[in-house]
Amino acid sequence: MNSIQQISIFVENETGKLAELTKLIGDAGIDLSALSLADTRDFGILRIIVNKPDETCTLLQENGWTFKITPVIGVKVPDVPGGVAGILATLSEAGVNVEYMYAFVNRTPGEADTIFRVDDEETALSALRSAGIDILTPEEVYGI
Amino acid sequence: MAKYWNADIECMSREEMKKLQSERLVKQVRHVYDNVPYYRNLMDEKGVKPEDIQSVDDLCKLPFLSKADLREAYPTGLLATPLSECVRIHSTSGTTGKRVVAYYTQNDVDLWEDCCARAITAAGGDENDVCQVAYGYGLFTGGAGLHGGSHKVGCLTLPMSSGNTERQIQFMRDLGATILCCTPSYAAYIGETLHDMGLTPDDIKLKAGIFGAEPWTEEMRRSIEKSLGIKAYDIFGLTEISGPGVAFECEEQTGMHINEDNFIPEIINPETGEVLPEGEVGELVFTSITKEAFPLLRYRTRDLCVLSRKKCSCGRTLIKMTKPMGRSDDMMIIRGVNVFPSQIETVLIEQGYSPNYLIEVDRVNNTDTLDISVEMNADQFSDKMKDIQDKEKQLAGAIKTMLGINPKVHLVSPKTITRSEGKAVRVIDRRKLHD
Repeated sequence: MNSIQQISIFVENETGKLAELTKLIGDAGIDLSALSLADTRDFGILRIIVNKPDETCTLLQENGWTFKITPVIGVKVPDVPGGVAGILATLSEAGVNVEYMYAFVNRTPGEADTIFRVDDEETALSALRSAGIDILTPEEVYGI
Repeated sequence: MAKYWNADIECMSREEMKKLQSERLVKQVRHVYDNVPYYRNLMDEKGVKPEDIQSVDDLCKLPFLSKADLREAYPTGLLATPLSECVRIHSTSGTTGKRVVAYYTQNDVDLWEDCCARAITAAGGDENDVCQVAYGYGLFTGGAGLHGGSHKVGCLTLPMSSGNTERQIQFMRDLGATILCCTPSYAAYIGETLHDMGLTPDDIKLKAGIFGAEPWTEEMRRSIEKSLGIKAYDIFGLTEISGPGVAFECEEQTGMHINEDNFIPEIINPETGEVLPEGEVGELVFTSITKEAFPLLRYRTRDLCVLSRKKCSCGRTLIKMTKPMGRSDDMMIIRGVNVFPSQIETVLIEQGYSPNYLIEVDRVNNTDTLDISVEMNADQFSDKMKDIQDKEKQLAGAIKTMLGINPKVHLVSPKTITRSEGKAVRVIDRRKLHD
């Protein structure tokens, strides 16, 4: 299975920087499926998942943005109390460390989809599968 | 209270001073030529013999020495006496591997302390004073120089060294310190701390301060004078020549009298080396005419200033220099440490970063700040915040190892640091140190 390609973009902490970046993507007709922003006083990292990853990378490259493509795991989390806790417990038992995670809106009611960035993708995937947890395909996340 | 420490010298007529300088210079050139092969070679290359130097008017025939010579001759290449006759070393701040080490015989120490005694006397000090020395003690010349001068004058000397500000104020109050010697930024900090402790200048007996070793403005002087209730005197010096006390201020506060019986000043065009007439701005050059162990002839300080023989109301006839107005090289003094942008660039390249960087220096709450923005490439970027912060910390650590001071490092996107057509702007100094 192909992994989900997340694009992480370096955004300096200046007024209008984030607007400039999202406008660039929007004007190219690229749809953002999921996004999260991590920030410090000086800079931020915008992490996005889009419907057209290759096109987005070309666009960013041409416009001089610093970015990186990282594989991430998408998981269907049951929308019940303890949903996320169960998944984290599974990963933890498998000795997988979560670098960061973020939830995003899904079209299916009763599910809250979540992106995990882990230090060992292979181990994480097999642990999740054995625990019977639903893993999202890239297509499902990209919203194609 | 004596007005001068050594009235004969400090108020000597120009003719007598010139005669004294000439005698000492002739003797010194012979001493250096005979004992310092490094300088002898420079003189030979220029075709100058000791006998060509008959008076101060011949000074311009001698070759220059620069900091580069001092590094090349490190550690003993410019030593003019056997080590057995030396009693002390001091060293310039900062710059790993590029320190300058200066040697002193007992006589050198005595003459240096005598210069500092002149400065303390000019600031109104005598044997009834309590002199608090809050310059750093150690390799740095600040503490040792004023400490020695204070002893000579007969002040009760408080060898505090720098730091522990509340204790400084405690001693200042309990022991009735009347004179404070430290860097101007530390004096300003002591003033602030005094007020933070709920005290006013009325709670201390301080009357004068002797502040130097870093650039400061007239504005800063007035603010220190107000916060501590004192008169603030500037003092100038450099380790290569002896230390603080090469020049000192009198009550007129319009420039510093150079102890020219020991150090002959010249102002030169930094580009051509040509000697400039009095009143013109140029690079300050010193020739030590009394130093035995480490006698530098025509040493280029890289400080830009103006010399003046205008009659001074204090009665001293010693030539005056203005506060340094800048540098003829790109050296910065940050928290008392000499910093060259090239040193920072070396670390960046060693650590795999681009040589596109911007150094920003500022002074916040009287402490110098050093911020360095560095462009990172796509490979150095990471989607993980911690990776980037670790990289910034690691780079800051490497720069600290090089300079001895802690910078704040900011990684920025490629091509965000403004490119320049001509000479790159690598440094923005917002401290406004020169009026």
